[in-house]
Amino acid sequence: MDLAPLALSLQIATIATIVAAMVGIGIAALLANTRFPGRDLVDVVVTAPIVLPPTVLGYYLLVALGRRSFVGHAFEAIFGSSIVFTRTGAVVAATVGALPLVVKSGRAALEGVDVTLVRAARTLGAGPTRAFFTVQLPLAARGVVAALMLAFARSLGDFGITLMVAGDIPGETQTASLAIYDAIQEHRDQAALGMVVTLTAIAIAILYGVNKLTGGRDVR
Amino acid sequence: MSAELRVSIRIANGFALDVDFDVPPGVTVLFGPSGAGKSTTLAAIAGLIRPTSGRIVLGDQVWFDAETRTDVPVHRRGVAFLFQSLALFPHMTAASNVAYGMDRALDRDVRRARAVALLERLRVPHLADRRPPTFSGGEAQRVALARALATSPRAILLDEPFSALDRELRVELVADLRAFVRELDVPVLFVTHHRQEARALAERVVILEGGRVQRVGAIDELGPPGGRDMSFDETPLDADRMLKP
Repeated sequence: MDLAPLALSLQIATIATIVAAMVGIGIAALLANTRFPGRDLVDVVVTAPIVLPPTVLGYYLLVALGRRSFVGHAFEAIFGSSIVFTRTGAVVAATVGALPLVVKSGRAALEGVDVTLVRAARTLGAGPTRAFFTVQLPLAARGVVAALMLAFARSLGDFGITLMVAGDIPGETQTASLAIYDAIQEHRDQAALGMVVTLTAIAIAILYGVNKLTGGRDVR
Repeated sequence: MSAELRVSIRIANGFALDVDFDVPPGVTVLFGPSGAGKSTTLAAIAGLIRPTSGRIVLGDQVWFDAETRTDVPVHRRGVAFLFQSLALFPHMTAASNVAYGMDRALDRDVRRARAVALLERLRVPHLADRRPPTFSGGEAQRVALARALATSPRAILLDEPFSALDRELRVELVADLRAFVRELDVPVLFVTHHRQEARALAERVVILEGGRVQRVGAIDELGPPGGRDMSFDETPLDADRMLKP
């Protein structure tokens, strides 16, 4: 079995999870703790990847980040390579797929923290940021970690968005999911099976971990 | 210190509140039946709720003024707030809870030493390295009191913090609180609907009913000790525990 696609998938999923964590927890905190005009719109836009077909998402990303777009052009000018059809594109694709999970589950976890505790922190002199990082986030940690694990599993398995945005370039953007598809097309069933079993094992292990974290709520 | 807290606010969204009273240094009891607006008033003074109009001033510091659109955020008002639920941070030890509000320019060790000293003074030094979920009701109250007082507050707001305690513990804690308040010499607003607690602590009383101030005066205006006013919710002290969820 060729391990390169799996290694690439793990690498991309790790970076995507980190990016989705930073962006997603920020958005989750904003949605959970503040009221601002357009709050519902932000919620809908961030959640949309759950329900939109990967091709539709891929299309939007190609338009937004392609070589002729402003962002794509600027990125290429600075870093010397394009976003689309590179590993960067694969990371973006995996991040977009994972983001709704971080925002939805992260927001629920943050909203589950007793608001009086956050208020207590504020009366003790903590600004909103300190109250968030020292009280709300630590108390929501289980739920947030579970959200990040789901996000990792989601990015590890992405197929459609990655194919649209990053293509299927062996050694460059060919992740395990894409490699399975290619192997099936080329009747390399053994190669496909090895990756199928590995991805399944990782997904099940992650889901088991998530259940462990979110089930068995501590009774105080 | 010795700055007076002047409160003149109206809240119109949902709960109608229209109050105007002063809190000089020392203890003033905010007394009234459930639903009179006591907790809402306290939350507005702390900056947890924004009033619709009016002013909140401590000495020469304007905390809130609807006309000039002044609204000092909660964390810059320097109020100690003792919540009814105590709101101890369950993921921190008692010492960390108490040290949370201290000046962060201080060395970590200094903050911890001060926290432990405060816990000692409230007779719970053995809790320093333990976490709130293991505390008894009285222990949790003492830690919460220590945490609120550790910030060198400019005003102290207490929202029925002792309501879940039995009579003996309540008397003890009221005595502890009195000793602290004398030293600090800041305005203290204490919400309660217990006459005895009010008498034990306060010199002044603000009687609130239906979102309005009914009377302001010396604590004696509450009537004779043990006197009853049927409009007030004065369940027997020991029954409280069972009535509270």
